Amino acid sequence: MQKVSLFIPCFVDQLTPAVGMDVARVLRRIGCEIDFPEAQTCCGQPAFNTGYWDDARPVAEHFLRVFRTAEAVVCPSGSCTTMVRNFYPELLAGTPLVDEAKSMGSRVFEFSEFLVKVAGVTDVGAHFPHRVAFHDACHGLRELHIKQEPRELLRHVRGLELVEMARSEECCGFGGTFATKFGMISAAMGETKAGNAEASSAEYLVSTDPSCLLHIDGILRRRDSGVRTIHLASILARTEVAGERVESASRARSAE
Amino acid sequence: MTTPAQEFLRSATQETANQPTRRAIRHAVDQYDAAVQRGRRQFVDWEAGRQKCYEIKWEALNHLDQYLLEFEKHVKARGGHVFWAETAEDARRYVADLATQRGVRTIVKSKSMVTEEIHLTPALERLGIRVFETDLGEFIVQLRNEPPFHIVTPAMHLTRADIAKLFHEKLADAMASGSSSNDDPPELVAAARRALRRAFFSAEMGITGANFLVADAGMIAITTNEGNDRLGTAVPRIHVAIVGIEKVIPRLENLAVLWPVLATAGTGQTITCYNSLIGGPRAPDEVDGPEEFHVVLLDNGRTDLLADAEQREVLHCVRCGSCLNACPVFRAVGGHAYHTTYSGPIGSVLTPHLRGLNEFQHLSYASSLCGACTSVCPVKIDLHHHLLHNRRNAVQAGDRPWHERIGFQLWRLTMAGSRRFAFAGWLGRTATRILYALGLAGTPLDPLRPWTKYRAAPAVPQKSFRATWRESGGR
Repeated sequence: MQKVSLFIPCFVDQLTPAVGMDVARVLRRIGCEIDFPEAQTCCGQPAFNTGYWDDARPVAEHFLRVFRTAEAVVCPSGSCTTMVRNFYPELLAGTPLVDEAKSMGSRVFEFSEFLVKVAGVTDVGAHFPHRVAFHDACHGLRELHIKQEPRELLRHVRGLELVEMARSEECCGFGGTFATKFGMISAAMGETKAGNAEASSAEYLVSTDPSCLLHIDGILRRRDSGVRTIHLASILARTEVAGERVESASRARSAE
Repeated sequence: MTTPAQEFLRSATQETANQPTRRAIRHAVDQYDAAVQRGRRQFVDWEAGRQKCYEIKWEALNHLDQYLLEFEKHVKARGGHVFWAETAEDARRYVADLATQRGVRTIVKSKSMVTEEIHLTPALERLGIRVFETDLGEFIVQLRNEPPFHIVTPAMHLTRADIAKLFHEKLADAMASGSSSNDDPPELVAAARRALRRAFFSAEMGITGANFLVADAGMIAITTNEGNDRLGTAVPRIHVAIVGIEKVIPRLENLAVLWPVLATAGTGQTITCYNSLIGGPRAPDEVDGPEEFHVVLLDNGRTDLLADAEQREVLHCVRCGSCLNACPVFRAVGGHAYHTTYSGPIGSVLTPHLRGLNEFQHLSYASSLCGACTSVCPVKIDLHHHLLHNRRNAVQAGDRPWHERIGFQLWRLTMAGSRRFAFAGWLGRTATRILYALGLAGTPLDPLRPWTKYRAAPAVPQKSFRATWRESGGR
């Protein structure tokens, strides 16, 4: 049985905990043994991307200590995975931890990448009877070269119809602190993404990065769009029985 | 006084709401994308073409001294002049002095970004010289008293109707009579041609840039689609080419790959319509060409960038404009919002080096770091990672605001331990939930105001993942 340590990014921990639980649910279903090292905090990307490498470094070192003994680390964000795999070696260059950073880079995986490339699974027994379009999150696509893995997983979901949206590879405009430093540009990019999602006739826009989804969701709801956002893990977590339970639970909530 | 950063923010706010311009950009980029897809098909392996161009530029830049001297030797042997301009001021003065000494009254210019960089035209106009842009797009923006909107397509932001209106106002005598509502493209082009013919045949000096300086041949290579460079370098008595030193390439044969790669990346063409090689003034046995040929080799900050091993490859840039077209930020704000000669990703990377990191660091932050630019660059410049390096350099230089510095120190302390992080998260969520329960979401009192100013407020969960996980016993 594959042992997997969950790496739940800080904002997923605080703002979209359901995504983390869904990741655990899917990994468990395919037979992984899961642990969540509670000492984890953040990968350091906010400081790193803003240029504060001296502040990012101790946070990265903390991450390496927490996951030192992990066999495989799985993360529901291509962006945070990129930070660890692609940027830790540069951030920690010239420090004693650089070799450990490189080793960690070969053991950390984005969720869909782990399922398809490491676990060799494309059908996780999910059921989601909706039309969805996939948004290629930038870091997953251009830093980790993940393109087909999430689509492969979606094609095996019962009842799901996958449609391609126009310019699926175009950035949604989130971009970390860019989203608030240059809110007007970020929102303009988000509107373009929202428009393409609506034109695709999809009911759901699905992606592998909760940060993009948080941003796109805020844009879509502001324009009273009919399109909703959902993380790949939350689709894969739904089985025929569990799916009904989730839907009836949300109906019950909205009836309150 | 407004800083360049404030100017950028103000223009970004204005331009993201400017739907007609954004529509024009979208239209132009859609056409460009389709053309590039076709253009790339001429390559058996486009990626190999990019790699080859990268290697040619790498070789040239790492032996820049040798290749520039080789170029100079050949040009001088044919009777041409080579002037080494360390600064923009040196380059402007050389051209202005030359024009004054030779009694030049009219100049025709072929499209050149480097002359924009050194603000050459205003300097010449102050001497009473008439300067005509002869590239159609440049001619249009000159009539509007605007800088080029885009490196390759200077009038990208304008529609046919905009241009027709402009020509009826400014070129009334060149427009066909009785065609006051005519916005037929051939007629507009004919009007521009009539206006420009007069300039071409009265000019004493032609000014061009160059796409490449070919070292072993001692020639400049100019690429255009309108042939205006040929008329501008053949008719006037004097030809002055102003070229950044990074444009040198080792060998003539390098053009075999650089020309098609540049054409495909720039406009999606298999090859650009006119490719000229010029190596000197008219030789005794030749029938045309200028009496004098001058090449101004411009440094203007480039050798400082050359000294920076981490970012040296930024000098590979062939000014194809493909990173601008690929950039969602450029498409949202347009070229003028940058208030710099070079806009888009390459401008955001390069401008801090040419004009100061302190004043132009904001451009390196005005990016989501999506990497679309890097994926299209035909000479493989790692553009979005250089933006990241500029940010790091800005922090190291102490150029960032104090509240941001303190913010990240607090962030680091919080992230040093999971209990602190969990407590800070709980505090933030609880406070936000209370304020949201009071109906303050999206108001100026919203703690997430910078976020909710442009987006619906997120649903803030009561429990974090770690709390949920613990309660579920890890199941």
